[in-house]
Amino acid sequence: MPKILEGIGCPYCGCSCDDIKVVVSDDGKKILEVENACAIGTEIFLQATNHKRLTRPLLRQPDGSMQEITYQEAFDFAAKAIMKAKKPLIYGFGSTTCEAQGAAAQLMELGCGILDNCASICHGPSLMAFFDNGHSTCTLGEVKNRADVVLYWGANPVHAHPRHMARYAIYPFGFFKGNGFQERTVIVVDPRKTDTAGIADYHLQIEQGKDYELFNAFRMVLYGYESDIPEMVAGVPKQSILEVSKIMKGAKFGVVFFGMGLTHTDGRNHNVDIAISLMRDLNAVSKWSIMAMRGHFNVAGPNRVWCWTYGFPYCIDLTKGDHAHMNPGETSTIDLAIRDEIDLFINIGTDAAAHFPIDAVRHLKKHTWITIDPNMSMAAEVADLHIPVGISGVEVPGIVYRMDNVPIQYRKVVDIPEGMLSDEEVLTGIVNRIEELLQNQAYEVDEKSQKGLDVIPITSFPEAYESVGN
Amino acid sequence: MTPKKTLTMITHRSIEEGIAMEIGKQSREYYDACSIIEMNELDMLQMDIEEGSPVRVVSECGEVIVTAIIGKQELSPGLCNIRQGVWANQIVPCRTQSTGVPQFSGFPVTVAPALGARVRGARELIFESVGM
Repeated sequence: MPKILEGIGCPYCGCSCDDIKVVVSDDGKKILEVENACAIGTEIFLQATNHKRLTRPLLRQPDGSMQEITYQEAFDFAAKAIMKAKKPLIYGFGSTTCEAQGAAAQLMELGCGILDNCASICHGPSLMAFFDNGHSTCTLGEVKNRADVVLYWGANPVHAHPRHMARYAIYPFGFFKGNGFQERTVIVVDPRKTDTAGIADYHLQIEQGKDYELFNAFRMVLYGYESDIPEMVAGVPKQSILEVSKIMKGAKFGVVFFGMGLTHTDGRNHNVDIAISLMRDLNAVSKWSIMAMRGHFNVAGPNRVWCWTYGFPYCIDLTKGDHAHMNPGETSTIDLAIRDEIDLFINIGTDAAAHFPIDAVRHLKKHTWITIDPNMSMAAEVADLHIPVGISGVEVPGIVYRMDNVPIQYRKVVDIPEGMLSDEEVLTGIVNRIEELLQNQAYEVDEKSQKGLDVIPITSFPEAYESVGN
Repeated sequence: MTPKKTLTMITHRSIEEGIAMEIGKQSREYYDACSIIEMNELDMLQMDIEEGSPVRVVSECGEVIVTAIIGKQELSPGLCNIRQGVWANQIVPCRTQSTGVPQFSGFPVTVAPALGARVRGARELIFESVGM
């Protein structure tokens, strides 16, 4: 008889919904039905057991074809490639668990490389603005129970976070908001009449790229300079700005959710910076929070894990071993790729080949490319080594961080296909292989010096060499 | 002379793209969801572009052939959107303003009809770009 599993976490967007019901066949191998998830989340669960999966690593041969190898052979290839590289880079992690993100940190410390995650091309500027300006925030539970004004700025949750409005922000019946959406005012700022704008009480159709100007106009109103505002600001009439300002000032608990509309366009971190400043101004007369609409179900995870490990959330340069530094623009994946500083690229839990500008892909592909991913993504298609792994949140349990940085323990729904490993196990396997190789290398050097032979000095990995007890 | 126009391009997620991505990037669904450019009807009229016909979109760093449609989520005149993915990234500039984030939104592109041109598949585009 099929089993019904309840309270399952969804491995799609930053909403990290943990109320999914999944019906699994009686042998526990096939997912039959999914309830409560959005259309995209449902597809992830159903696709996991719907088609034949790649279950063993593939290595590119000199003639361009791919040949199946064992996991041990894959670890050996990856370990030697990392040891040989001057500046390896591991990037991705949006669809991995925190356990794997911890293992990746260990790997790059040993390999003296760069540790970066998907925030580098999405909410990285938001994190930079949080450093510069702080931010007042809350949990999604507080939004559900208290929020009476919800503002989406440059975000389109109907398409990108399909259950955000239904589960947290607009429609749910909260403790202090017993009538759900009837007690909430929804404002959308977007250059398009998006489907989210379609259900809003107010849509400010801003000119593309003029977000900073509109934030400034709102701040002018709050500081009492409304008479100085021109009739139109960033394509929005002054009257609309005054109306929305009044609603914002009168909110009992307001929240701004912002998306790629702020971080992908001109201004980047400065757009988020002024949004935070507006929150500070509003908090003098009302109560407001601000939150980034994080994209993947655990894209916030690496930022947490690496912050408590190194003090930096992303773009972490570990080329000096265990001494970390971060400087977006210098140590960020796209910039490093364009400057051709990377000589080994490891793509994990994302699809850089499809989602990076093609110029960056072209640069990265000049060198060895390793992909660790459950699916035949574009990054797997171009890879020299593709290591398939279990699907986090479906076959692999672990901790994930929701967009409000609340950690959630995800459970597995079905067993991982026989003989396959998780992201964490693969990364740990490569770490173990590097340590073995370093020990052998150290032993050979020691033996040669005792025999009076020429000793080849170990120039790379000095810190790693010391860390294995030599 | 072929009519062409300079528009401001943005690239964002859509639910169709999200579902198709999970089916597979080589699927028909992904091709249909992402190899399109959404524009304002007025811009399409001025360029004599019929809905469903191929157009050439050129940016400062490359070009791509995609299918033109009237924006499913209305765009103002002068704005166009190719959904995030393989086709959009053929023309997204790498400049990051020292933040690490490429210019995914708000860059100029020139759009012109490309009758008879073929909209290529995801794998074909990437393989050709990286010389495989």
